[in-house]
Amino acid sequence: MRLLEANNIHGGYGGADILHGASIRVDNDEIVVIVGANGAGKSTLMKAVFGLLHVREGEVLYQGKPITNTRPEQMVSRGIAYVPQEYNIFPSLTVQENLEMGAYALRGNIRPRLEKVFSVFPRLRERRRQEAGLMSGGERQMVAIGRALMIDPKLLMLDEPTAGLSPKLIDETFERIRGIRNLGIGVVMVEQNAKQALAIADRGYVLATGANRFEDTGANLLANREVAEMFLGG
Amino acid sequence: MYILVELLQLSIYGIVLGSILTLGAIGVSMIFGILRFAHFAHGDLITVGAYTGLGFLMMTNAPFWFALPAGMAGAAIIAVLIDQTVYKRIRRRQPVILLISSFGIGLILRSFVQIIWGPHVFSFPGGIQRPWLVWELAIIPNHVWIFLAALIIVTLLHLFLTRTRVGKAMRAMSDNMDLALITGIPAERIIMITWLLGGALAAGAGVLLGLDSRLTPTMGWNILLPVFAAAIVGGIGRPYGAIAGGMLIGLAMEISTLFLEPSYKPAVAFLIMVAVLIARPHGIFKGAW
Amino acid sequence: MELSGIAAYLVSFFTFVGIYGILALGLNMQWGFTGQFNIGIAGFFAVGAYTSAILTTPESPWHLGGFGQPFLVGVLGAVIVSALVGLLIGWITARLRTDYLAIATIGIAETLRLIIANESWLTNGVRGMSGIDRPFSDFFQALGLSSAMGSLIVVAAFLAGVYFLVERARQSPWGRVLRAIRENEPATEAAGKNIGRFRLEAFVVGSAIMGLGGALYAHYFGFLSPEAFLPLYGTFLVWVMLIAGGSGNNLGALVGAVVIWTIWSGSEFVMSASLPEGYGGYAGPLRVILIGVLLQVILIARPEGLLPERAPQAIATTRRERARQQ
Repeated sequence: MRLLEANNIHGGYGGADILHGASIRVDNDEIVVIVGANGAGKSTLMKAVFGLLHVREGEVLYQGKPITNTRPEQMVSRGIAYVPQEYNIFPSLTVQENLEMGAYALRGNIRPRLEKVFSVFPRLRERRRQEAGLMSGGERQMVAIGRALMIDPKLLMLDEPTAGLSPKLIDETFERIRGIRNLGIGVVMVEQNAKQALAIADRGYVLATGANRFEDTGANLLANREVAEMFLGG
Repeated sequence: MYILVELLQLSIYGIVLGSILTLGAIGVSMIFGILRFAHFAHGDLITVGAYTGLGFLMMTNAPFWFALPAGMAGAAIIAVLIDQTVYKRIRRRQPVILLISSFGIGLILRSFVQIIWGPHVFSFPGGIQRPWLVWELAIIPNHVWIFLAALIIVTLLHLFLTRTRVGKAMRAMSDNMDLALITGIPAERIIMITWLLGGALAAGAGVLLGLDSRLTPTMGWNILLPVFAAAIVGGIGRPYGAIAGGMLIGLAMEISTLFLEPSYKPAVAFLIMVAVLIARPHGIFKGAW
Repeated sequence: MELSGIAAYLVSFFTFVGIYGILALGLNMQWGFTGQFNIGIAGFFAVGAYTSAILTTPESPWHLGGFGQPFLVGVLGAVIVSALVGLLIGWITARLRTDYLAIATIGIAETLRLIIANESWLTNGVRGMSGIDRPFSDFFQALGLSSAMGSLIVVAAFLAGVYFLVERARQSPWGRVLRAIRENEPATEAAGKNIGRFRLEAFVVGSAIMGLGGALYAHYFGFLSPEAFLPLYGTFLVWVMLIAGGSGNNLGALVGAVVIWTIWSGSEFVMSASLPEGYGGYAGPLRVILIGVLLQVILIARPEGLLPERAPQAIATTRRERARQQ
């Protein structure tokens, strides 16, 4: 089923537009990866879809209903979770408190959801009383994604989840993201580690100067010579 | 020997003053943590809290301790009203605009106190107390009550911040406002609760300060500088640091009277603050909240 | 009121407008141009006033000096001493963020007030200093003018001089750098400007102007006590004037001084005329509330003030510089 659809998005940070008609779509149970050169508007597109910056033209549909320029807190209550690239944890809160904050918008018993996150990231259970700011980069990323999972999202949006991680941790993170998809959650992520990301992607988009350049299955994009030359470092 | 007794005696006063400063400084620190501005009306909020408590006692003839919850409730409501009518409208501009606005709000509050209660000096009922003699030290019963009351208030606040959803959300907002919004934490409601707590804590400081000495329209303004000093020494934006900062400033102010005129006490607090600002701009105590 | 009474009132009114205008220009140098948040104006005001008083009064057993120097020496001394105090404070607080600077400056102002109140050997403490002469009173008497009128002329002359200087400074390359710092500090720093130095210079110049205002106040009023330097009169009114007039705009600072002083002193008349017998004590607090509410209304409804800052040339320069770097 069609989960998210963003059509012909134009917008930016107030000055000149950065996005010039970018479009994406995400279905249930799939990982969608957005790649592209620096400044292509990948992160901007994520923010525009999530309502963090103004969409000047175009529309965003979620489960078929328009949500263009909806405020972030309403996105959360509809089941869309977003993990920014940086500053994505509450450093002075413990791991468990970070996760609890993720569920703030939803009332009710959070225990089962906490258990679900701990089953995806067992390390977080061991360290749940630890202050999140004192953890390693990989662990912080787990906390950030775990916090987003606490709202029981139908759609998870990740902005460069593997930035700054060691190769081993990158593998592990992608493995977890597959696990999340297998829970029935649609995942859309922006990635610099394009090859690895496309390898686990069901579908992918290549963005250039704020608009779609290519879209195909992850495997096809990886096999596309033009894409490989331009964006995947040969 | 005499000097030791004197030092211990002053330390008792210092802890009492530190308890009062702590309550004010935690509020300043919380407001700074979430709204990123130094709230210059906080001293006058302290005054308003003390007088509200006094007003409640005058109207109801209730025993003294009712002044504490009554003043806290009154100042909490007033703080929220100020935020909703004034600060909220200018929150999106530079934080310093809020600062100058709060300076004006402080003067307005002080003037209302002068209009309603006149220039007279008031005291809470209780009269002069005979001190308890412990070893060589004279301990005034009220000082013990002030310390215990502050301890209870701080403990309750600690439980609130670490055990409740809203308390944790306050800490989260102070940590990372953008992420809090993305997470779906309702910022406006949390800001309102911050003002409720800040106002209540200020009133706690005010009532206890009034119990320790007297009530005057400038009582809060006069301790604003030490309150800021306590908040900054503890690392502004970090309420737990404010406890240590409050005690340190309170002790330093009282002990300084061994060799300085007592009227220079606020200047002592100020000098420590400046020294800390220069040496450790983020406060001397590590950790966040 | 008799005609002569009205004339005397007007002389006093405009003298105060002039003194407050000078303070507002000093604050504009610090806040309007450079974005430095000084809420210790009262402290610099006091330093200037007491310095000039100590220098010019005849020798007295009640306070330091006096040294019996002429008026202009007193003014010069006031400017120098307040500039030095500004230098010291500016140097200490150079690296502080805006709100810390605010707390530090009010702390210094309050500390100075405590010193003035407590150090009797220096200032005669709370009993205050009296017998401070009005400027050039013999000369003005020879012209057939009252000493109050003479003070007004002297204040007006200094105000014109200060206005000329700060306007020149605003249009100079130096002033443009100050505004560039205020608008975009990293870009200005990247353009190779020594930010700390420019900032300190603006702070010192502003402090010196405030000290000048203090000296003129001392010589007009003739009597000084710590009461005159409470934050309400020394600091708050000046801030309201600058914000009402338009920070960053020197003419705005003067307009603000006129408008706010009119409201402040006019409200005294209105209240003493309209408050019932026995309620006179309420006039002071009510006037403060009036000004306080006015400030909030301005901040909410017209934050740029009556005369907004003109020709933000510095911003354009900075943008261009930023573009060049990229």
